[in-house]
Amino acid sequence: MSEIYLEMKNITKAFYGVKALDNVNFSVKKNEIHALVGENGAGKSTLMNILSGVYPYGTYSGDIILNGEKCMFQDIKDSERHGIAIIHQELALVPYLSIAENVFLGNEQASRGIIDWNETKLKTDEILRKVGLREDPDTPVIDISVGKQQLVEIAKALAKEAKLIIFDEPTAALNEEESNNLLNLLLALQESGVTSILISHKLNEVEKVADSITILRDGKTIETLEKDVDKITEDRIIKGMVGRDIVDRYPKRHIDIGDIVFEVKDWTVFHPLQDDRKVIKNVSFNLRRGEILGFAGLMGAGRTELAMSLFGESYGSNISGHIYKEGKEIHLNDTAEAIDNGIAYLTEDRRNYGLIFISDIKTNITLAKLDRVAANNIIDHNEESVVAEEYRQKMNIKSSSVNQGVASLSGGNQQKVVLSRWIFAEPDILILDEPTRGIDVGAKYEIYTIMNDLVSEGKSIILISSELPELLGMCDRIYVLNEGEIIEEVDGLQATQEYIMGCIMEHSKEEKR
Amino acid sequence: MKEDRISIRKNIRKYGMLIALIAIMILFGILTEGILFKPMNISNLIQQNAYVLILAIGMLLVIITGNIDLSVGSVVAFVGAISAIFMIQWNMPVWISIILSLLIGALVGAFQGFFIAYVNIPPFIVTLAGMLIFRGLTMVILKGQTLGPFDRAFQNIASGFISRGEIGGLNVISMVVGILLSVIYIILNFKDRKKKIEYKFQVPPMSIEILKTVLVILAINWLTYSLAAYKGLPIVLIILAILIVIYSFITNRTIAGRHIYALGGNEKAAKLSGIKTEKVLFWVYVNMGVLAALAGLVVAGRLNAATPKAGTGFELDAIAACYIGGASASGGIGTVTGAIVGGLVMGVLNNGMSILGIGVDWQQAIKGLVLLAAVTFDVYTKSKSRTQ
Repeated sequence: MSEIYLEMKNITKAFYGVKALDNVNFSVKKNEIHALVGENGAGKSTLMNILSGVYPYGTYSGDIILNGEKCMFQDIKDSERHGIAIIHQELALVPYLSIAENVFLGNEQASRGIIDWNETKLKTDEILRKVGLREDPDTPVIDISVGKQQLVEIAKALAKEAKLIIFDEPTAALNEEESNNLLNLLLALQESGVTSILISHKLNEVEKVADSITILRDGKTIETLEKDVDKITEDRIIKGMVGRDIVDRYPKRHIDIGDIVFEVKDWTVFHPLQDDRKVIKNVSFNLRRGEILGFAGLMGAGRTELAMSLFGESYGSNISGHIYKEGKEIHLNDTAEAIDNGIAYLTEDRRNYGLIFISDIKTNITLAKLDRVAANNIIDHNEESVVAEEYRQKMNIKSSSVNQGVASLSGGNQQKVVLSRWIFAEPDILILDEPTRGIDVGAKYEIYTIMNDLVSEGKSIILISSELPELLGMCDRIYVLNEGEIIEEVDGLQATQEYIMGCIMEHSKEEKR
Repeated sequence: MKEDRISIRKNIRKYGMLIALIAIMILFGILTEGILFKPMNISNLIQQNAYVLILAIGMLLVIITGNIDLSVGSVVAFVGAISAIFMIQWNMPVWISIILSLLIGALVGAFQGFFIAYVNIPPFIVTLAGMLIFRGLTMVILKGQTLGPFDRAFQNIASGFISRGEIGGLNVISMVVGILLSVIYIILNFKDRKKKIEYKFQVPPMSIEILKTVLVILAINWLTYSLAAYKGLPIVLIILAILIVIYSFITNRTIAGRHIYALGGNEKAAKLSGIKTEKVLFWVYVNMGVLAALAGLVVAGRLNAATPKAGTGFELDAIAACYIGGASASGGIGTVTGAIVGGLVMGVLNNGMSILGIGVDWQQAIKGLVLLAAVTFDVYTKSKSRTQ
């Protein structure tokens, strides 16, 4: 049991000069369940993507030693050949193919290119029994529940004779009973000789099954705890996950908070496709003039969904509730009305929802409020260039001119372009969704400064962030969201990361019961 | 040095197809021993291709939004048939018939646009259905027969000339229009330049500006001279010129135009920036319907008859014109002048090869190759400029 099966040594990986992993060491013993925990963006997924060959050898530095042998994976197929399988949070199944077809997808039981269906079904049956899924192998995957689909994914890994299976948040979409079944399956797989790496936010689950726990933070290994050796408590794990010092990464500002300018009452939103699933449950909150308000929560807590549903109902269906601006109730049926009412929303996904990639800086900046550079619907190109140039200098967008395409800018500069668009739209209320995601420290500081300037002009900001230190460093007040509800409201100066994380963990546990 | 090379490359991309068009014209001019450039042939070339160019303008907007319209050929036949019923069977006045026909085109566009923009049916399917529906309805209306002939006034839309006053074998109006256009071009161009300098923007050196102006003026006056030497200004050319000016203006200078590009560039981002994407898409298809109707009238007038087979395959010509002219199949990129140049490339190829006596079989094959080559060139230069 103590023999080391996998060792990842001094792994360093950078994206556009930003280090996502910095000298990470990670070792897994044979036949154990090893949990990997950390905040969003701590580098868990990056580390696992390196292990499974998504980032091929040569794009990172450091060594992977599997079973005493140094590995240089070129792609996912390569790592699969070495017995490594990864089960992603978003399942990679083909919905209209049967269970059997999915289990052997890319690994067909065939001779000379002709599939042997009898063999396929026979083997599928055998594997399904192993994972405890009682379903006909001919059933299309779309007809079975998400929990069962997860089992099909595991069956797929077993069909490839995986010796090491990585589970990325496997219980995120499961209910209590399904989660328990899955955890038991993990233990059963351990019995049969499979080694597992479990990535999870749910610390109670981690405590229940893991033999050891490695904590990552900011792309660095903090510590590895062993069951039986160390005293494992949730407090200790949380401290390890968040315990970093806040140095002067956040610019100071003069705080001058006025009256309530924006208020939301009883806001309820249903999922756009599954109309019986509540995504936002009866949320009420308020925002004051000159205030930076934070929304904290884990991935999937409903922060983005809340923001987008408020921004002209651009997310969700069957939305109910009331929005008040400066005391008057307003109705925002589409994004144009939201913008006209002085509300702006900066997306967390600037690539797919933010920028027009084939266009240049100036068209991207003026897009949300073209009438400001137009008369009678006719755009004044000269005026547009002048205005865009103003923002280019004010926001320090590093580029050759406003005619440069945004595709060639760095992440931080792209973000400044989108931010310029929304400042150009002259909103009173700016909702910033992960405004500093994937950009370097310097650009982050610049964006924080811009935020401070905006609130000192009397605008109000809602900041959605997965980085707790950022929320604590920037916000006057923080709402904590979990599972579509506001579960706590804390003062930005008094709150601690431990307290917020604790609230979320506590609430998640209650929900499950 | 490096900047020079980049700017040359940029210009090659911008003017590449125009240069190709001129090269093709010169090539066929030589091969046909000058017949291509004869005043009569130039006049023919314009009248033969007017319908493709009108369709290409509408199709360009559709393609910029990242979509397609396969129904325009059938709509051409459908509107032609309806106009024939109005004028020939019901004896309605020409101008009322024209207005009603254009309105019917708008309704056809609104019908398809509704399903595409508001019911979210893929445009390929909606317009494929439209292609079948309107071709079928054309045959129903015409009962499988050909209806004709039209009133002289109506035929003029497609094949008439403005030809009054002649001096030394040259049509005066045509020459005057040429000179007027030259003056307007010079004034607008230098006004724009002055404004740019006022704003302290970079402008090309004066020598290049003058060279460009001289070339444009030569081209305009060579065209009007050719037309003057034959029968004068074709009416359809005037319609076309007005359309080109209006649509260039819409795409370049108006908020509506910017919204069309934004929708094609990134629909989700456009929507989150307050653009009513459904509405934009709907009106783009309504516009396509109106232009298809106009093309239908031109085709009917030129053939002097409404036939069930009119317009077959026109949608493909229009789509090809846009792609040859640099529009991107994934949306967001394309210009009106590009589409016109693309349409002319195909028109000159057709015309030149016909004069040389090359069969329709080879003409098709060669046009196919040109389309492939043009788009490959475009994709290649684009990938090059992206690595810069």
